[in-house]
Amino acid sequence: MKRVLILTGTVAALALGGAVAQDKQLTIVSWGGAYSKSQIEAYHKPYTEKTGVEILNEDKSANALAGIRAQVEAGNVTWDVVDMLQADAQRACDEGLVLEIPHDEWLAPAPDGTPASQDFIEGTLGPCFIPQILYATMFAYNTEAFPDGGPQTIEDVWDVEKFPGTRALQQIPQKNLEWALIADGVEPDKVYEVLATEEGQNRAFAKLDEIKDNVIWWSEGAQPPQMLADKEAVIATAYNGRIFNAQVNEDQPFEIMWDHQMFETDGWVVPVDTGNEETIKDYLKFATDTQRLADQAKYISYGPARQSSAPKVGKFEGTDIDMKPHMPTNPENLKTAIPFDVQFWADYGDALEERFNAWVAG
Amino acid sequence: MASASKTPELLAADGTPLKHALRRSQAQERRRAFLLVAPLLVFLLIVFAVPILSMIWRSVYNPEIRGYLPQTAAALQQWEGADVPPEPVFQAMAADMIVGVENRTIGRAAARINREIPGARSTVMRTARQVDEWSAPYREKFLEADEDWANLEFWRILKRESRLLTPTYYLLAIDYEYNAQGEIAPRPEVYQVYKGLFFRTAWMSILITGLCVVLAYPISYMLATQPARVANLLLILVLLPFWTSLLVRTSAWIVLLQQQGVINELLVATGIIDGQGRLRMIYNRTGTIVAMTHILLPFMVLPLYSVMKTIPPSYLRAAKSLGAHPFRAWWRVYFPLTIPGLAAGCILVFILAIGYYITPALVGGDSGIFISNLIAQNMQGSSAQLKLAAALATILLVAVLLVYWVFNKLVGVDRLKFG
Repeated sequence: MKRVLILTGTVAALALGGAVAQDKQLTIVSWGGAYSKSQIEAYHKPYTEKTGVEILNEDKSANALAGIRAQVEAGNVTWDVVDMLQADAQRACDEGLVLEIPHDEWLAPAPDGTPASQDFIEGTLGPCFIPQILYATMFAYNTEAFPDGGPQTIEDVWDVEKFPGTRALQQIPQKNLEWALIADGVEPDKVYEVLATEEGQNRAFAKLDEIKDNVIWWSEGAQPPQMLADKEAVIATAYNGRIFNAQVNEDQPFEIMWDHQMFETDGWVVPVDTGNEETIKDYLKFATDTQRLADQAKYISYGPARQSSAPKVGKFEGTDIDMKPHMPTNPENLKTAIPFDVQFWADYGDALEERFNAWVAG
Repeated sequence: MASASKTPELLAADGTPLKHALRRSQAQERRRAFLLVAPLLVFLLIVFAVPILSMIWRSVYNPEIRGYLPQTAAALQQWEGADVPPEPVFQAMAADMIVGVENRTIGRAAARINREIPGARSTVMRTARQVDEWSAPYREKFLEADEDWANLEFWRILKRESRLLTPTYYLLAIDYEYNAQGEIAPRPEVYQVYKGLFFRTAWMSILITGLCVVLAYPISYMLATQPARVANLLLILVLLPFWTSLLVRTSAWIVLLQQQGVINELLVATGIIDGQGRLRMIYNRTGTIVAMTHILLPFMVLPLYSVMKTIPPSYLRAAKSLGAHPFRAWWRVYFPLTIPGLAAGCILVFILAIGYYITPALVGGDSGIFISNLIAQNMQGSSAQLKLAAALATILLVAVLLVYWVFNKLVGVDRLKFG
């Protein structure tokens, strides 16, 4: 009997110890590369310093939705906070995979007292989604490949006579189809309307067919700067922050073409049943306050999602480069920008992705 | 037998019949042998059989509609499909939606329907968000809220997919689907990809196997006929790449073959091609074939070599001394003796090739990828279709088993020599 007691005692102590240790740890899933680094510097390090909570980084955001689905289905959720695109967050929310978040209770108000729900850029907060940044996907090119000046418009990208060489595109239908339609002469504000019809979809794919032989595909955000640097591609679609970091940190001769950039938000969701809610809540309150969001912009050129953060955006860490002109939200860069339609892709994503994959492999 | 029964039974030392004693001791042996393999058996069951069975199960299991819209699924069984469903169906739908919104499971049902009808997700979600403010009769309100609710196809699909087991994913995996009338029909051409990819995977695997035979046969012959010192050195040259990591070898091919790579630079430097006309040897079919042939070559060399080593050179000399032409001697005497090694090499390389993933993913571009790459694609991304991936993987598994079975009929596993 005594032995049994000792044994149970030990097991209980171990279990308790385990539980306590887990409270001191958060697993945060993100995109890796320069982007994860900006989060580590702006959020994770100061938070660990303040509270002692250890933060583990996993670079799995490219498969975030599939990952959360699998974890929730298996009843073994190991991710605490997941960095996710808004369209995916909407799906995860509809499917009950992530927590609904009472914004004003979970998030810090602005310094002047404005509640969070009114301080975030309009339309970016979702019922389950806390945006951090606005980022752009746009074309960039290696200036060495075009001594007489590079492409300036989407039509130029399609013009392989005038601008010969390989294009590196992201291997997803999102944004490629929109740009194809614009290159085909569709008005930017009609793009999604056209793309919702079968005829419009055929038109977009036909336009992509024109450059298919000149295309290689990328799937990770770190690839396009690499492909441009290797001259494996001369024009590439990319996330603006990755190109900016390659320009500044590696001195690459890259140029961003802001014409018809597509911007969208990226941010956090919290999977259900993490058993870690209090720590997560505390972390989010810390990480989404005005100053922290502005701090992230010191490390990567993505616009903060809070209005009160924008004036606080300063210079690139360790340099004299003013970050404001490099933000996708800078008015100069925003002239022909297209807002990415989250709802459209939540509805049509399945079918178009399937068709796109068939088209790529065919 | 009759005479045997007459002879007195042989007894063991303790008086039991010898037969029983033998059986008992054999049974003991067998139990001991079984205990020895038991850990492996348990291991295989846990990490091999169970996951494969659950994968096959997943590829036909279809619980979403039945699970998340149970009342609607039941109510639809009475519906013939000729006209917009009657009030009870809408009432059931409203009840399911209220529960679904509360448990936040309605999105899972909506996601399942959206797979069949793009755009249906927003219809379902939009209606679900307002349905708790309505009261009976529901039919009018649904039809008013969204004209999609009058779409017969929507209801037919809902009825069809409310069954618990579905062949839908297998149909998709061979480029077929249910059409609006509920008949099985080929998918629109723009979605057709899997059948073509199965064929491509098969013929490229056959081609790679063939290339391996052509390259490995002379190498193995040389290995087998050289003096031991030379042969061992050559063997190390074969084994060294075999021991090198797959990723390293694949990346080495990228360095060699890419447009700014070693070979292109050499060709440009020597003036064979100009800077604009650089060859595209990678991120396409060529890249996959070159890299995979290299990577799989040792799997052909080793069995061939081990078989050739056992063939005495005197056989060939004897054939020639009896007047055979050297080719005839080789063809009639030597070659048949190498068939077990050749067969082992072929089945090994072919089965490895057909399921290959990492090399085609890295160097295959879009024209050089295999079916396994599409299986992986279906397991990732935001619209991951695990069930379609499971169906594709099951088909691939069955194909491999079939190849193995045919091979066994033709050559026989007992003739295999793996070195």
